[in-house]
Amino acid sequence: MPHGDARQPLLHARGVRKIFPGTIALDGVDFSLHAGEVHALLGENGAGKSTLIKCLTGAYRRDGGDILLDGESIDPKGTLDAQAYGIGTVYQEVNLLPNLSVAENLSLGHQPTRFGMISVRAMNARAREVLSQYGLDIDVTRTLDSYSVAVQQVIAIARAVMLSGKVLILDEPTASLDAHEVKMLFDVVRSLKERGLGIVFISHFLDQIFEISDRLTVLRNGQLVGTEVTAEIDRVRLINMMLGRELEHETRAHGKLHEAAGDPRLVFSGFGRKGRIEPFDLSIHAGEVIGVAGLLGSGRTETAEVLFGVAHHDSGEARQDGAPVSLMSPRQAIKAGFGFCPEDRKTDGVIADLSVRENIALALQARIGWMRRIPDREQKAMANDYIRKLDIRTPDAEKPVGLLSGGNQQKVMLARWLVTNPSFLILDEPTRGIDVGAHAEIIRLIEELCAQGMSLLVISSELDELVAYSHRVIVVRDRRHVAELAGDQITTGNMVRAIAAPEREAVN
Amino acid sequence: MTGFKLLLRRILPQLITLALVVGLISIMFPGFFEISLANGRLYGSPVDIFNRGAPVALLAIGMTLVIATGGIDLSVGAVMAICGAVAAWGITEGYGLLPTLLMALAAGLACGLWNGLLVAFLGIQPIVATLILMVAGRGIAQLITEGAILTFNHEGMIFFGSGSLLTVPTPIIIAILTGALVTLIVRRSALGMLIEAIGINFRASTLAGVNTRVLLVAVYMTSGLCAALAGIIAAADIRGADANNAGLWLELDAILAVVIGGTSLLGGRFSLIASLIGALIIQAVNTGILLSGFPPEFNLIIKAVIILIILVLQSPRVRTVLAFLSTARADAAGQEKKVVEP
Amino acid sequence: MISKKALVGAGVLASMLMMSSSVMAQTVGFSQIGSESGWRAAETTLTLQQAKERGIDLKFADAQQKQENQIKALRSFIAQGVDAILIAPVVATGWDSVLEEAKEAEIPVILLDRMVDSSKDLYLTAVGSDLVHEGSVAGQWLVDTLAGKDCNVVELQGTTGSSPAIDRKNGFEQAIKGHDNIKLIRSQTGDFTRTKGKEVMESFLKAEGGGKNICALYAHNDDMAVGAIQAIKEAGLKPGSDILVVSIDAVPDIFQAMAAGEANATVELTPNMAGPAFDALAAYMKDGTMPPKFIQTESKLYTQADDPQAVYEQKKDLGY
Repeated sequence: MPHGDARQPLLHARGVRKIFPGTIALDGVDFSLHAGEVHALLGENGAGKSTLIKCLTGAYRRDGGDILLDGESIDPKGTLDAQAYGIGTVYQEVNLLPNLSVAENLSLGHQPTRFGMISVRAMNARAREVLSQYGLDIDVTRTLDSYSVAVQQVIAIARAVMLSGKVLILDEPTASLDAHEVKMLFDVVRSLKERGLGIVFISHFLDQIFEISDRLTVLRNGQLVGTEVTAEIDRVRLINMMLGRELEHETRAHGKLHEAAGDPRLVFSGFGRKGRIEPFDLSIHAGEVIGVAGLLGSGRTETAEVLFGVAHHDSGEARQDGAPVSLMSPRQAIKAGFGFCPEDRKTDGVIADLSVRENIALALQARIGWMRRIPDREQKAMANDYIRKLDIRTPDAEKPVGLLSGGNQQKVMLARWLVTNPSFLILDEPTRGIDVGAHAEIIRLIEELCAQGMSLLVISSELDELVAYSHRVIVVRDRRHVAELAGDQITTGNMVRAIAAPEREAVN
Repeated sequence: MTGFKLLLRRILPQLITLALVVGLISIMFPGFFEISLANGRLYGSPVDIFNRGAPVALLAIGMTLVIATGGIDLSVGAVMAICGAVAAWGITEGYGLLPTLLMALAAGLACGLWNGLLVAFLGIQPIVATLILMVAGRGIAQLITEGAILTFNHEGMIFFGSGSLLTVPTPIIIAILTGALVTLIVRRSALGMLIEAIGINFRASTLAGVNTRVLLVAVYMTSGLCAALAGIIAAADIRGADANNAGLWLELDAILAVVIGGTSLLGGRFSLIASLIGALIIQAVNTGILLSGFPPEFNLIIKAVIILIILVLQSPRVRTVLAFLSTARADAAGQEKKVVEP
Repeated sequence: MISKKALVGAGVLASMLMMSSSVMAQTVGFSQIGSESGWRAAETTLTLQQAKERGIDLKFADAQQKQENQIKALRSFIAQGVDAILIAPVVATGWDSVLEEAKEAEIPVILLDRMVDSSKDLYLTAVGSDLVHEGSVAGQWLVDTLAGKDCNVVELQGTTGSSPAIDRKNGFEQAIKGHDNIKLIRSQTGDFTRTKGKEVMESFLKAEGGGKNICALYAHNDDMAVGAIQAIKEAGLKPGSDILVVSIDAVPDIFQAMAAGEANATVELTPNMAGPAFDALAAYMKDGTMPPKFIQTESKLYTQADDPQAVYEQKKDLGY
């Protein structure tokens, strides 16, 4: 598929806008898909991938822009409507009915009938025929959940193609498949491509993008970064597009070279968990900031989760000031003086209906135990103190935290841990989805905390942010720690190369 | 004083509802408010509402905490039957009052422990986990009573059903003391906040270091303990343990009391006192129906209609509309002086 | 369940005794509903007792409230070739095919206590109580006792819509009809339970001037009466004298109340359904005497004059 294809695109989105209260989720994004093309859609969390898909399929009403199908403007009112236009979607979590038979799942809603009754025989025959086109020869009378996720995925695709037949959107279809299953899925995708379907492919596995896609479009913070022909772009450029840096030899802004003094505060050796993160070694000194760089799904969040005991480590050991320390649960980690601000604030972080005061007091209260309640007066003083220190924008400490903006929620999360006076704080994407002002404040805070002697581990996809405050940077790829950068080596260029390098170790 | 004002604002809808129901009864039955002393015990319809409402009120205390964690306890009625049976068995076997009471309470705690372990450690959905004991519980109670109503005549035990302290019937005292004690414990300690945190966001609470599983078990055990108290009262009231009928369907009344009390079934913020008023509202409706003299065929319909009206009036949408109407009226009256926030 | 084990043990013992005895011995299958009430348990006890006395080998099957279990039990009795089958059917419908199977195997079936909606030629006879009659016996007692004095009666009904509640209400009303001195002033359901009986009686007392307007209580079962008696006592009145108490069933606890002078009369719903059934069966086996299609058990009236303490002693171990 040449880049400047003169043909009319099958599906064409022009200047699509979607605004949520407080944020612009899509800011005038263009996207085009040709018949017989696999078009990958890339971007970090919150870049706007799924919002774009939902606008295309009518799950969201767009606030601006046009969507053209075969040159004609369409305005789908919902996913069923989009299906009628010819746009089908298959999600990562197969959204079929696991306890119905394969044939029933395929024909649900339009079963062949005979004298007003569903003809089971005709339904089964048709299901077998449809699946044979996908190289699947299975017993269609068995329930869907008796088959592997990959087979279910193919069945979901078959159903989507049957119902729509022009455009197929695959939203992270490979996330839970193994290599063999991915190959099977890709065979199906290729055959559909040959049949002339336009396929939108969303994944954060770069290898798969390079293998299957003809073109790719990168989104970042709701904006279009660019559309490229896959064969003409290399990994480093792609990662630069995704992470938003045009940088080759940017060095540290302020050569705050930190010579680790004395013995490390924390030493993790051979720490890891099967299937989540390969065993790694890590030592952290007092007053040191360890940055973690890597793409979504690379193992960066998993690193944080085994350190904090959210996912139990099944290998290795941890030592704190030389003595072994058990980290099999968040409670134990907190007892050891750890704190953890997770990436997904909404589901893992704030307790939306509780007040700012209660959210700030929660971790400290949990550590003290339920018997000794922190008196209201102290809670209030504590909350007001941090509302002032971190400039949390709230009318008062009693406001439910769910009503605050993302940046202020993030500050409440930080306050929750700061009142516990931790010695080691893990921040997973602390600056994601918050406005520019709050962004700068949080970075300043990170630097302040480490100046006070706290150890931090900060995960971020903002590479120049990592450059600004990290003493060392761990690069994570394919659920492995692949590189550790220190001092002068900490440049965004080095990080991007380490993230990109498919086979070789990137640094030096 | 602001704390008191906040509390009043929280329970105002329930108080108004209770006043309306009681008002309605006193119109239909003018002698409603007559209270006298009989056998050294307060006697009158309002006393009946408190006295008969005590078991459901006790269940509602435990149920409120369970629902606040986002769970539900369907087994409380059956646990009442079990604990009533244990109490009747213990007293007829001659174990003495105190050991018998302790055994009955221990049985309630054990039932709660069972529920809690299923929910917190095996991850079974609360409605399913507690359904098990709801179904099996009456069978267990029947095993203890050997299928019959196990009657007793122990004055000490009977005291818990039909005795009185300073003219106040014992069940009322037990319910009020339990309500006050549990409120004191959850609000003076950090338990209340931690329970709410679990109900709103279990995972986030775990990540903040809250001992979520242990707390869940403790909450179900509290529910079991409350059910045990209710079961002892129910058995003492009729001087016998009726395994088939003790506490039958009361779990639904308890859930209803919590709902009328304004605690969301999804968990989170809870108010024990509002649930207790909810239990009183339900019992007031029951007593009112009995006093009214309508044929029994209408009992359930009348009850359903009244509950429906209460729930509709308390629903967020209707409350928004009512608030809108009242501000609109105030606006009209106040020459549109009011500044409306955007 | 402990008692059930003992019962089964007794059955086994009885069958062992039988084997050594005469050729007159019969094997009878008994499909019981379950043990949902004390009365039901007493019926089971008495059936086993009666069988033992007559040297009958009784095969007992507890259906635990499920019709499918009863049908299974009946099929197994038929397969074992029993001489007769007793069944207390859990529901009224759905028995046709299994009763036909029994008929083809020439095994007579006797219904205990409850009826079925099948053709009458599918069973030998049904033994049961006439619920309307029970109500009228209670009503007649009240009429006789009052001897023309004015009396306001309150009624504790059984579960709304259940056939005992409807029939016992009708029987009572028939008996007091034409006696203008007796007025039924309040009637409310107590669901056949002690708790509700007590609660409803409390409201009756409040609604009727603290009980001053009430001269008698009629309860559809003894359990509700026992609950109501406590309510009357707690209101400072004397049950049995201030308020007369008459109820139905004759469970042991009401005899204790009668012995204490707190209840006045009860009408027995006898748990001994098996006795008349075995009698009819014996006659049928001996010379083919066809019993009537419905054998009504006696609805015996007990009052304080019938030495209630003695009746209590006699009944208390039947498993009520």
